[in-house]
Amino acid sequence: MHLHKYEKIWLIFGMASLVLFLLIIGFAAFWKGTHPQSHIETIDPQNVEAHDAFKPENLGIREVADGKYIVNIVASAFNYDFGKDKEGNAIKTIRVPKGSTVLYQITTKDVVHGFQVAGTNVNMMVEPGHISRYETVMKNTGEFTVVCNEYCGIGHHQMFGTVEVYE
Amino acid sequence: MATNQLPLAKKDARLYMAFMYVTYTALLVGGLMGLLQTLARSGKYTLPFNINYYTILTVHGVILGLVLTTFFIIGFQFSLMEKTVGISDKQRKVAWLSFWVMVTGTIMAAITILIGEASVLYTFYAPLRAHPAFYFGLAFVIIGSWIAAFVNFRQLYVWKKAHKGQKSPLLAFMVTINMLMWFIATIGVATSVIIQFIPWSLGYAETINVLLSRTLFWYFGHPLVYFWLLPAYMAWYAIIPKIIGGKLFSDPLARLAFILLLLFSIPVGFHHQLTEPGIDPTWKFIQVVLTFMVIIPSLMTAFSIFATFEITGRKKGYKSLFGWFKKLPWKDVRFLAPFIGMAAFIPGGAGGIVNASHQMNALVHNTIWITGHFHLTAATTVILTFFGITYWLVPHLTGRRLTPRLNKLGIIQTFVWTVGMTIMSGAMHIQGLLGGPRRSNFSEYAGGEQVATWINYQIAQTVGGTILFIGILLMVYIFIQLTFFAPRGVEEFPIAEEEKNAEPTPKILENWYLWIGITIALILFAYTIPVFDILKHSPPGSPPFDWPIGRG
Repeated sequence: MHLHKYEKIWLIFGMASLVLFLLIIGFAAFWKGTHPQSHIETIDPQNVEAHDAFKPENLGIREVADGKYIVNIVASAFNYDFGKDKEGNAIKTIRVPKGSTVLYQITTKDVVHGFQVAGTNVNMMVEPGHISRYETVMKNTGEFTVVCNEYCGIGHHQMFGTVEVYE
Repeated sequence: MATNQLPLAKKDARLYMAFMYVTYTALLVGGLMGLLQTLARSGKYTLPFNINYYTILTVHGVILGLVLTTFFIIGFQFSLMEKTVGISDKQRKVAWLSFWVMVTGTIMAAITILIGEASVLYTFYAPLRAHPAFYFGLAFVIIGSWIAAFVNFRQLYVWKKAHKGQKSPLLAFMVTINMLMWFIATIGVATSVIIQFIPWSLGYAETINVLLSRTLFWYFGHPLVYFWLLPAYMAWYAIIPKIIGGKLFSDPLARLAFILLLLFSIPVGFHHQLTEPGIDPTWKFIQVVLTFMVIIPSLMTAFSIFATFEITGRKKGYKSLFGWFKKLPWKDVRFLAPFIGMAAFIPGGAGGIVNASHQMNALVHNTIWITGHFHLTAATTVILTFFGITYWLVPHLTGRRLTPRLNKLGIIQTFVWTVGMTIMSGAMHIQGLLGGPRRSNFSEYAGGEQVATWINYQIAQTVGGTILFIGILLMVYIFIQLTFFAPRGVEEFPIAEEEKNAEPTPKILENWYLWIGITIALILFAYTIPVFDILKHSPPGSPPFDWPIGRG
């Protein structure tokens, strides 16, 4: 089959760009370890409390080492459970100092949800039976809106929280 | 070609027009839902009669993404098959059966959605449970489309038997590729609907495997978008050249592009599931690589089209570097509308590469950037090309003419669409990059600066959406004119021919066993191990949830 000379140049240029893109993505994924979140760890969606991280007393933020935090969250229609404060009120805001490394761990008790800390790279699907995890460094100060970005029912847009990064 | 001038027999035209009536009804209903969504999301307007936002969102997605596209494509493809390989009385009868099965399914699904029993969006979202009639309805739409596919296969088969040793007509070949891809892809969603959703929604199965249902859906979900795109490519390769007074660029290259699209459209569904927790990242990456392969035939298409433009212009004697470009028939809406569609595919395709880029997907996943993306690709590239086809196909079928006045209206329509979509899709892209979520009713969340910025872009989307709705009203008006009121006459069915000295098409391009074999091999390669993993590492299944979507 005949290919026009210019078409050959065009296709070689196009395919070379694709290969370059893939090399960059592949390098970031396999050498730098930045895959999209996938931990393939399962959980019984009807009994998430059986898992240590999702016991009611372990929800919310915990400092595990100097500058290292874990945030455990249970999602359900239409709420993120960040645990309770000392007075027994539901926490709606997670506060972390700037520059800390934060591991977000989340699962759902009912339907599929999303978990995005808008303005950061934290963006995960949350599916019944699976645990979603993403670790990141919170480099910028400010208030970041946490949104459920995966449809979970008619109250979907009322499912939110806040992450506050302070100096 | 003389046969292209000949009007079709009434009984045939009636069949193809039936598909067009559903298409344009869907456009009006689905478009109205889109307008209501952008109004609701501005925060300045509440939906009347207590209508739920997510009900109209489901209607919008199902009616435009599944109904409009499938009906237009199948009707258009039937007309292409008749013009190239013919249709028999028996085939026509079965084609009508496919139409009625699809209509039945559409009505079932539509009623279930409208009474609020299926606000699950068109991607299903297990373990949210819709009324079983919703799943049955969608199953009927798919089965109806299969009947159409097998009529198309039969049409080509009968022609081949009568024309031993000849290559099949290009458009018939392309239709067959598209329906093959559709059939292989819909097996996934049909399996999920029949084996998982229906028994579970009826209560025969207690739980559902959510990740498996999503994987089967997206095995279908990506080829679905190529099923929309390929008919547009058919028009670009084999119809537009005729409209601008040129010839086919290359028959073998067009066929090769379609074969590559068949091979690489299906084994790529994971790029819609990149941020899901239960799939091995290495397999995600493998499907990302395969996704990038499907860009190659689109690069070939871009080259062929612009080469056709230039060759045609130079033959007409335009010598300067871009003289041929200036002299393209810009005032012919049959050319202009698809051309804008092609132009929109440049940013649309580039955005698609971003979306499929493994870890980079986390930046945009489930944000309204994605909605902006497919309003460029599906709702501009594909739809403007379908409009471009409508301007000659409908009068050809109804024995009328595209008058200069309607042509002018069409040009206005194209501009209205371009302006409206630039505003709406542009605002969606930017809001998405700032983290604004998709599939969401108006919300101020916890307030703050971020949310205030999002709402500004949502107001811009309302402006764009309103302009687009004016475009829809115009298009429906043009359709009604072309169907019932335009003056009687003959409108050409433009099919481009090959150059007299065109090189022969290699026989291997029509070796169906080979290409279907490779398609299946690629699917097995991309899916066997990860699906086995998904089944082996299944968590306990999910019981159904009715209340989150407002079911009693």
